[in-house]
Amino acid sequence: MNVSNLLKIALRAINNNKLRSFLTMLGIIIGVGSVIAMLAIGQGSKKSIQEQISEMGSNMIMVHPGNNERMGGGVRMNSSEMQTLKNADYEAIVSKCTRYLSAVSPMVSSSGQMIYGNNNYPTSVTGVSQDYLEIRKLTVEKGDVFTDQDIASSAKVCVIGKTIVDNLFTNQEDPIGKVVRFGKVPFTVVGVLAAKGYNSMGQDQDAVVLAPYTTIQKRVSNVTYLGSIYASAKEESQTSKAIDEISEVLRENHKIKDGADDDFSVRSQEELSSMMTSTTDMMTILLACIAGISLLVGGIGIMNIMYVSVTERTREIGLRMSVGARGVDILAQFLIEAILISVTGGLIGVVLGVGASYALTTILGWPVYIQPYSVLLSFLVCTLTGVFFGWYPAKRASEMDPIEAIRYE
Amino acid sequence: MERKSNKKPIIELRNVKRDFVVGDEVVHALRGVSFSIYEGEFVTIMGTSGSGKSTLLNALGCLDTPTSGEYYLDGVEVRTMNKNERAILRNRKIGFVFQNYNLLAKTTSVENVELPLMYNSSISAEERHERAVKALMAVGLGERLNHKSNQMSGGQQQRVAIARALVNDPVIILADEATGNLDSRTSFEILVLFQELHAKGRTIIFVTHNPELSQYSSRNIRLRDGQVVEDTINEHISSAKEALDALPPVKD
Repeated sequence: MNVSNLLKIALRAINNNKLRSFLTMLGIIIGVGSVIAMLAIGQGSKKSIQEQISEMGSNMIMVHPGNNERMGGGVRMNSSEMQTLKNADYEAIVSKCTRYLSAVSPMVSSSGQMIYGNNNYPTSVTGVSQDYLEIRKLTVEKGDVFTDQDIASSAKVCVIGKTIVDNLFTNQEDPIGKVVRFGKVPFTVVGVLAAKGYNSMGQDQDAVVLAPYTTIQKRVSNVTYLGSIYASAKEESQTSKAIDEISEVLRENHKIKDGADDDFSVRSQEELSSMMTSTTDMMTILLACIAGISLLVGGIGIMNIMYVSVTERTREIGLRMSVGARGVDILAQFLIEAILISVTGGLIGVVLGVGASYALTTILGWPVYIQPYSVLLSFLVCTLTGVFFGWYPAKRASEMDPIEAIRYE
Repeated sequence: MERKSNKKPIIELRNVKRDFVVGDEVVHALRGVSFSIYEGEFVTIMGTSGSGKSTLLNALGCLDTPTSGEYYLDGVEVRTMNKNERAILRNRKIGFVFQNYNLLAKTTSVENVELPLMYNSSISAEERHERAVKALMAVGLGERLNHKSNQMSGGQQQRVAIARALVNDPVIILADEATGNLDSRTSFEILVLFQELHAKGRTIIFVTHNPELSQYSSRNIRLRDGQVVEDTINEHISSAKEALDALPPVKD
């Protein structure tokens, strides 16, 4: 018997039992639909987090003092209270780590109140070098960045973000050239940054004030150490090599003996991003598991109905056998019927799942992303479900004795 | 039984035995049956229930294999065949007519008749349809090709079943109590049809418990306790057509 005949027979059987076939399909429809929708939600949030991290600068490497190990007397200390990073470390990194790094900037910050006229706004002034803008993917919209000369002379100049502009210059004044006060220290505004909006963690990326790091060290905080050092690798793939290189330079600079622990820590965005994505991956797996269970239940539904169908059609099976159907023909007939039900259900499920995903984006604004492989996978799984759960009832049908089957009441 | 030796034997049974094991007991359903059926014969096989006629029918229909003895169908040895070979043999050489018609539900006459040809991949869809229509015409249902089985009377359904038995052009038609579910008028109509088929040269075996039917066939074989007790040629075949006409007219 050829395949087109088998298909015809199976279609006829499904057609003869429309409602029951549809109810059987429902399990598969819901299973496949939910697998696709759940994976889309999981993948969507993962993707949006990855995008936001790369917006922050995906090649970014951060060096912080301390490494959260017990220092000296066994007291764990906050990294910001440690003073192990010095300007000399920054200079060493700039001069020695040129192979993988495209930009390096020290960072030291101080928080306080920014005042202009009768407006004020709480913020922190970040002392950096010009490279910081490249590392954090910031651009100057108006005016200019401070110069090397400004850094050398610890000039009291600053570049401010959109939020600061909005809060201090309330009557649409041009901030360039105006003098704002940070605490008691006056700063001349030389540039305004282009707006970046909020990041994935809900931080306002425009509430920044950038000034030469030397100015913060000498004129604001009166310190000689650095809060951290930011750098940017030439390529994202080179970040781990760059981290090794930086560690080596810093160990040398800090005269750390072989085998002793670092007194600093070097981390990249990659770690942050992998940490964040592992969380969403876990969520995705969880959602997919729940959806997968409903697919399994749907499969059991198919098996159940196929069993009933086989028993109900015992006489038909007997007749088919007596007019010359072999066991294989009967097996194939019921198997194809099960596959047809699951594949049709799967197709409807795919449409429904994709539709539900888009509905979630448009109505609730959730980030969803449908990966083609997840559609393919769930479709494949539901076909296999059909084969797997259709097999046993079909096998039973094919092993019937035609003599008994034809006289079955 | 060397008569009609000029005709080709369709069925040859030699000392066929069939035993069933029920629990610890062995039931001898057939205790050595031997006969030959030749091309163009219309044979009734009669016997009460328990006489072994169902077992014999199953063996003749290649649904079952004898425990011992030889069975040749159209010159082919059946006893050594496996399940699949027998299925193909049934598909090509045998036409079945059952007591309760056994049509596929909610399926048209043509589709029902096409069924045996569906399992023969050497026949194209067009040829299949053509042959099904021809078979339905032959049983007088040319007007009801697309009627579904549940829209037809018992007699019509049995005609569809007979068309289905004819469609593969079998060497033998096996009818199992084919008139058992029908009223006497419809029974005679079906018998007329069988006699017509016989007249056209078809070989027919009609298994029944009703001794009255023996007068309409050309040969009678009677079974009792798994053995042939009578095997006679009927020289004076009654016409089922005449019997039908002699029935009192249907009152409305």
